[in-house]
Amino acid sequence: MADMERRDALKLLGLMAATSTFSFACTAEETSTGSAAATPPDGTTRPTADYTKQFFTDHEMRTVRVMADLVIPADDRSGSASDARVPEFIDHVMTDELLGDPQPRQTAMRGGLAWVDYQCLQRFDALFADCSEAQQKELLDDIAWPDAAPDGMEAGVEFFNSFRNLVASGFFSSKMGVDDLGYIGNTYVSEWTGCPDDVRAT
Amino acid sequence: MLIDPARETGQLTLLTNAMVREVTTDAEGRATGVSYIDTRTRSEQKVQADIVILAASACESARLLLNSTSNQHPNGLANSSGVVGRYLMDSTGTTVAGILPQLMNDPDHNCDGVGGMHVYIPWWLHDQHDRLGFPRGYHFEIWGGRGMPGYGIMNNIHTYNDAFAGPDERPKGGGGYGPQLKEDYRRFYGSVVGLSGRGEMVAREDNYCEIDPDTVDQYGIPTLRFNVNWSDAELQQVRHMQETGREILRSMDAHVFGDMPTEEQDYGITMPGEIIHEAGTTRMGDDPRSSVLNSYCQAHDVDNLFVTDAGPLVSMPHKNPTWTIMALAMRASDYIIDQRNKGTL
Ligand SMILES: Cc1cc2nc3c(=O)[nH]c(=O)nc-3n(C[C@H](O)[C@H](O)[C@H](O)COP(=O)(O)OP(=O)(O)OC[C@H]3O[C@@H](n4cnc5c(N)ncnc54)[C@H](O)[C@@H]3O)c2cc1C
Repeated sequence: MADMERRDALKLLGLMAATSTFSFACTAEETSTGSAAATPPDGTTRPTADYTKQFFTDHEMRTVRVMADLVIPADDRSGSASDARVPEFIDHVMTDELLGDPQPRQTAMRGGLAWVDYQCLQRFDALFADCSEAQQKELLDDIAWPDAAPDGMEAGVEFFNSFRNLVASGFFSSKMGVDDLGYIGNTYVSEWTGCPDDVRAT
Repeated sequence: MLIDPARETGQLTLLTNAMVREVTTDAEGRATGVSYIDTRTRSEQKVQADIVILAASACESARLLLNSTSNQHPNGLANSSGVVGRYLMDSTGTTVAGILPQLMNDPDHNCDGVGGMHVYIPWWLHDQHDRLGFPRGYHFEIWGGRGMPGYGIMNNIHTYNDAFAGPDERPKGGGGYGPQLKEDYRRFYGSVVGLSGRGEMVAREDNYCEIDPDTVDQYGIPTLRFNVNWSDAELQQVRHMQETGREILRSMDAHVFGDMPTEEQDYGITMPGEIIHEAGTTRMGDDPRSSVLNSYCQAHDVDNLFVTDAGPLVSMPHKNPTWTIMALAMRASDYIIDQRNKGTL
């Protein structure tokens, strides 16, 4: 049944994503082909310590880093998105053929980052990464809450919804994020004692 | 699962990387073996056999039969009835999910091995089909828990992270970024529960796969094309799944994701084939004019040919098909041994 659960969960989550111009992260199709195909034939995955950037330009990478850390900043429980190397993760997702045709998500990501820079140039006469944190947040405040977004911000909202998804995927699937959420499975359990008492205490 | 015990007999030769193209036949139309392509060397090979048993999965076995044409079997092997590929079924499916506030902010605990949230719901209205307006049953598979965080985790949290918060707390609705968002991921982790309905589709002759005359695969073997549609029997069943799933979640005070799918949206039913439970393409029956196999999975037209995947299924179990496939295969195996011992096969 595990496959069924997973298949449905991904499908449903994907279905809830509106798809339009600046949407790229983790669609159901990507996620499911990814899960089926992402494991090399010998069953291992090989993270490389010295990751080489594949897709983003240096400027785009800087923008992604700044924005990702605004999405998930460090706090007293765990580090920030870039501490967990989320920008590198996103760069990898942009090019990974195992996640399906990279072209549409590359265009969406690139277009979204350019949209953000253009907005900042108009408002603050500076690129997003060069703006003050207050200015960066002023822009994000217009695109981070879809229901409250001002008219004309639709493309940015769509982009940011996807960007948020990607940051969460990268952060919470990292060792840092897994520890943050308190996932304690995938360990050897010698005796099954049922649901812990403190979990379902009424 | 059964390969190791078969190996232990010392009587098994396993050929891997062997893509079967067709079943070969003699002048009388009996099966003589199979021809296959060695996928490493791309060379054509043949194996001789007294008995041929196809278990390539329902659609692939139909494809093999339809591709095995000869003078005796112009429409494909074992297909004098014309029903090879027909009566193709899948399970129906739809999913309802939501957040259970009771599961938010749980203490860390290990959910590995907790299948289906400890719950499974078999069909409970089997005696009430008259009033339900659809003829066949379904079950619910439940999912959720603190699974290993992976790609896609809590996707689209902006569609629900304002749930269970007062309007003062979230005046702008769902979404956001920063410390509050990070806290939201923690609060909602492990709180999503889903009910996946899986139901029985009615077998119908006009749902079928057939050889696509224009297309071959990389080995030059003609491929299948599909003509399968849901009928009202399936659509009304899935509507019931949606309504019931939503009612169950709401009764637990859940925040249910999405609106009830409309009639125009086919009540949220999956695409035929999406649940990957293909069955029925070489159905069994007593009448050789309307079935491919007899009740021992033996072809009516070719007595030394058997099919032991989900092709023989005449109706779809509302439960997933593998146990039924294995039970029928075991029954066919006993029959083959018995007939061999009697010298009739
Ligand atoms: C993701 C997923 C989840 C599922 N979950 C469940 C579940 O929880 N419960 C359940 O009961 N069912 C489930 N099913 C369905 C179940 O897996 C199938 O119904 C079942 O495996 C079919 O068994 P089979 O022996 O007919 O075919 P298969 O298991 O598909 O075996 C066919 C074999 O034949 C080989 N083959 C095919 N064509 C050729 C050829 N031309 N030449 C040589 N060899 C060939 C294939 O390589 C394969 O090894 C699931 C299916 C999927 C895809």
